[in-house]
Order: sequence, then structure tokens, then C-alpha cells
Amino acid sequence: MLTFVARRLAYTIILLAIVSLTIFFIFDLIPVDPARLVCSKQCTPSLVEANRHRLGLDVSVLEQWWRFIVGLFAGRTFGEEGIAITCAAPALGYSFSRHECVTTIVAEAFPFTLSLALGAFVLWLSVGISLGVLSARKKGKFADRAASVFVLVGTSLPTFITGILVVLFIVLQFNLVNPLELGNWHNPFTEPLGWLQTFFFPCATLALAYAATYTRFTRSNVIETSSEDFIRTARAKGLTEKVILRKHTLRAALAPIVTIAGLDFAGLLGGAIITEGIFGLNGLGRLSIKAVTQTYDLPIIVATTLIASAFVLIMNLIVDIAYAFIDPRVRTS
Amino acid sequence: MSEVILRTPQQIAWARFRRNKTGIASAIVVLFFLFLAYGAPLITRLFGLSSTETYLDGLDPQGMPIGAGGGISWQHPFGLEPGAGRDVFSMLLYGSRISFSVAIITSVASIGIGMILGITAGYFRGRVDALIGRFSDLLFAFPSFFMIIALSIPMVERVESLGIVRDNGARLTVLIIFFVFFGWPGFARLVRSQAMSLRERDFIMAAQSQGASNWRIITKEMLPNLWPTAIVFLSLSLPGYLAAEAVFSFLGVGINPPASTFGLVLSDAIKYWRADPAYLMIPCAMLISIVLALNLLGDAVRDALDTKSE
Repeated sequence: MLTFVARRLAYTIILLAIVSLTIFFIFDLIPVDPARLVCSKQCTPSLVEANRHRLGLDVSVLEQWWRFIVGLFAGRTFGEEGIAITCAAPALGYSFSRHECVTTIVAEAFPFTLSLALGAFVLWLSVGISLGVLSARKKGKFADRAASVFVLVGTSLPTFITGILVVLFIVLQFNLVNPLELGNWHNPFTEPLGWLQTFFFPCATLALAYAATYTRFTRSNVIETSSEDFIRTARAKGLTEKVILRKHTLRAALAPIVTIAGLDFAGLLGGAIITEGIFGLNGLGRLSIKAVTQTYDLPIIVATTLIASAFVLIMNLIVDIAYAFIDPRVRTS
Repeated sequence: MSEVILRTPQQIAWARFRRNKTGIASAIVVLFFLFLAYGAPLITRLFGLSSTETYLDGLDPQGMPIGAGGGISWQHPFGLEPGAGRDVFSMLLYGSRISFSVAIITSVASIGIGMILGITAGYFRGRVDALIGRFSDLLFAFPSFFMIIALSIPMVERVESLGIVRDNGARLTVLIIFFVFFGWPGFARLVRSQAMSLRERDFIMAAQSQGASNWRIITKEMLPNLWPTAIVFLSLSLPGYLAAEAVFSFLGVGINPPASTFGLVLSDAIKYWRADPAYLMIPCAMLISIVLALNLLGDAVRDALDTKSE
């Protein structure tokens, strides 16, 4: 098991290095010159050159990438002496248009995205799995048909449409949140009600489509598992339906869901961009949209992209390890 | 003794599809919307409308459409756009043409690429397989949503500088390239696993032992068995890409005005949601109907082609 984890960890780190290096190369290729962008209207070639140096863009891509990696662990100083700014480790860069270390900006945005993602994840897993089990047990009955309507609606409503409709016709129409306070941060531990007010609807919006998919998936898995021989054996030896469901059916039926749930959670950041934009939550997604559409703030864009890819890779790693725990055969292959 | 009727797999699938009432209904709805989208120039002319003309006499001095439901009338069945005063019906018809085109081109292209690379990986295995596998692993690790948002605007500049397409043509090209680039690995993985199991079947071995070339085995023996997978994947990925185009246009990194795709109309309609809710609800309803019909059609196609569910 330990060698398996070590091997997967090494693979993830290598992939992370390759992905981040590729991202640096891609951003080096684009025809937007950040050195020119942070320059004011009266721009001279020497000013652009000075900016390029300040931004650390006057060296090769490989060198830029290496400085970034070193900065992550050791902190980094931007600019010359006199006007130098030091960002402590983990330094993700320095935004010259906002005059702040990117790490600080990201740290402010992160709790929003984490709350949204975790809230949606918990919501869709609990709703999806319980509805799926319910409709599998009541196959063909009213509950099953009601659940299938939910699945159809959930999979056919694009998240941004759900979001728009929920914000306008539920949240604002019924004054559930003061429009000026829409998207304000509340600490979930000290102000649980305020947190719920901010995050319940965004989480529900984001969770809807996933909950529908998981309902369908759980239903078909439970039905399929129920016709297996070991379930018949369990029934034959006189176990109650409840015990069969909990100890035998669900265990087998939910194993594949672990994999998919992990990967979907990793992909959630993409969906979070839309939800954050619509609900005015200042999370990582909104941060990157603003950075792109307003000033093309390259350090922020690179940082959010790198964080998102690290997130995908780490979730993949967790899924692999979790799966090796569930199914020992994986470890040897 | 009754005569045995021979039926090809296509005939069986078609017969199964015809029995599915939901499938038939959704196919009709999809065809109707496709007709509206690609017949847009003809239909708007029949109604005597234009998607670019502004009907300012239908607006009040504040720029809001006169009349109930955002100015719905016989002349303007979906009302008028607040502010500029364009006809919403023709805007959405032309807009849905863009959305359908993005969805169709993207799906077909990523399935094409996925098919070629998936078969190559699954049939030849070894180093080719490892190379394609690693590359798609790498693509999966990229946060595609973030990358598209971050790169679309500069990419549009780059494409424009090539001088072949401009403005929304360039934006459309960039969007499609990104969707295909991040879209093919999913299908390639599916095809790879199917190709690997097909390879072990007796009829492939029979072909190999008769000395058939790899090209012949792939095109004549494997491809016919992989078509159903491709068709199912196509019908299920269309609604996804249709909605994706809407999202990126809505966020301001996709198609730009004066075009009028669903995402653009919706991002504009939000500003008027209290004064003119119809302007918001009509495109919402139309987009949802299209996605719903495509989803139902996809399910029906899958049921018809999936021999296991008999």
C-alpha cells in the first residue's frame, strides 16, 4: 500500500510540474504583453522594458517557471531595491495592477470557493444517493417516477440558467437577501446563519445538475447490484431487507460512485466560476473572470489556473488512493 | 414454418426507436428547432422581420417595449429588445443557428479525433497507446474552464492576426478549437477500451488469420461495431456543448454583440428582469426546450442502439 501511495504521489508531482510548465509556455505565447498593460498611457519603450523586468518577464520561460517554483517554497521579492516588495512563501506572484501579493488576493477568495464547492458536494451526494436508493427500491412506483422527473429537469437545466432564475425570482423577488449584502462573507463557525444565507442558494444551484446525475447513477447501480447472486444468498440466509441494503447492496453499488464523485469534485471549480459570477461571490472563479475581462492581470490569471490544475491532480490522487483502499486489486496493477 | 425475416442491426435499432414515443416526440422538437435555426433567413423574411433592424416605434421614451409581455404582438411574436428595439424572435433564431453550429461542429470534430486516436491506441497498443494515454491524462489535468476563460480573448487576437476570419468568426473558431481540444480525450478513452476488447474477439482473429491488413480490419471489422457508441456519444454531447457556448458568451468570453446567442441575450435581459421579465423568460424557455429535447433524444437513441437493454 505504501509503495502504491508513493508511486502515485511521484506521478502526481511529475504531472503537476509538466502541467504548470505547459501553462507557463502557453501564457508566454499569447499576444498580450503584460508589461505594456501595466504601463500608463504615456508609455515609452524603456518603461515597457523596465516593467518587463519588474514583472520578471525578461528571462526565459523556463527561468520564469523555476523562479515561480522557488517562490512557492521560499517566498519572493518583486521589483528593484527601494520599491521592492517581498511576498512570503507560498508566493504565487505579485499583481502590479492591484499592488498586492497574489497569495493575499487568493487567500481572500479561497474561502468562498471552498464553501461553495464543499456545500454543493455534500448537498448533491446526500440528495443524489438517497433519491437514487429510494427510486431503486420503489422501482416503477410514484416515488421512482417523481425522481425521474427530477433527473430530467436537473440534467436539462444549464447551471447558469438555474442560477439566474434562482437569484432573480427567488432570492431577490422574496427579499431573502439584501441585494447589497449578496455575496458577503460570513464565517460558518461564528455566524452560521449568515453563512447559510450567503451560500445555500449558490450551493443548491451548483448541486442540482450533479444531484440529478447521481440519482440516475445510484438508481441503476442499486438495481443492477440487487440482482446479483450474493444478494440472493443474503436474502436466502434470512437477513432483513434493511441489513441487505446497508451491508451488501450499498457497499457494492456505491464503490464506483467514489471515483466519479472525486473527479466531479475536481471539475467543480469550473462550475463554480458560473455560480460565483451570478451570485456575486468573490471566489477564485470570479477573481479570474475579473482578471481576464477587466485588466488582463496575468499574475492572477496564471495563479488561479495553476491552483485549479493542482486541485484536479490532487483530487485524482485522492481518488486513486481511496480506491486502492476499497479495492485491493488496484494496488498491484 | 414461418419465414425468418433477416434484419440488419440498423433496422433493429430503427424499429426500437420508432416504438419509443418520447424519442419520436423529442426528435420532432429537435428537427423543428433545427429548421428554425437554419431556416432563419427565410423565416424572418416570411414574417417581414430582420434581426438587425431596430423597431423604435415599438418602444416608449425610456426604451422599454410598449405592450404586454415585452411588446409581444402579431408583428413581433417574442416582443422587442429593450433599449435597441430589435425583434427578439429573429434575434433568437439567428442566435440558435450559432449555438447549433458550435455544438454540431464541436461534437463531430471531437468524436472524429477521439475515434481515430482511440482506435489507434486500443488496436496497436504498446508505445502508441502509452503516448496517447499520457497526453490525454495531461489534458484531463488542465482546468479547461479556467483555461478557456483565460486564453480566449488573447487567442481571438492571434486568430484575427492570421487574417482569415474576423470578429465573431474568430471568436467562434477559438471557442470550437478549445472545446474540441479539451473534448476529444473523453471519447478516445471510451473507444480505446472498446477497441481493446473487440481486438480479442474471434471475428477479428479470423480476419487476421486470413491475412487482412490492419487498415481493412479497422475500417471493415471494427468501425461498424463502434458506430453505435459514436452516435450515442454525439447525441449526448450536443446539449452539453450548446449550453457551454451559451455560458461562455454569457460570461463575456464567447460570442460578442451584435450577434445574439442565448448567452448574450440572457446577460442583457438580466438588467431588465423586473421591467421586462418576458425578455428573460423567452430565451430561457427556448434554450431549456432545446436542451431538454436533445437530452431526451439522446436517451432514446441510446436505448435504441444499446443491445444489452433488450
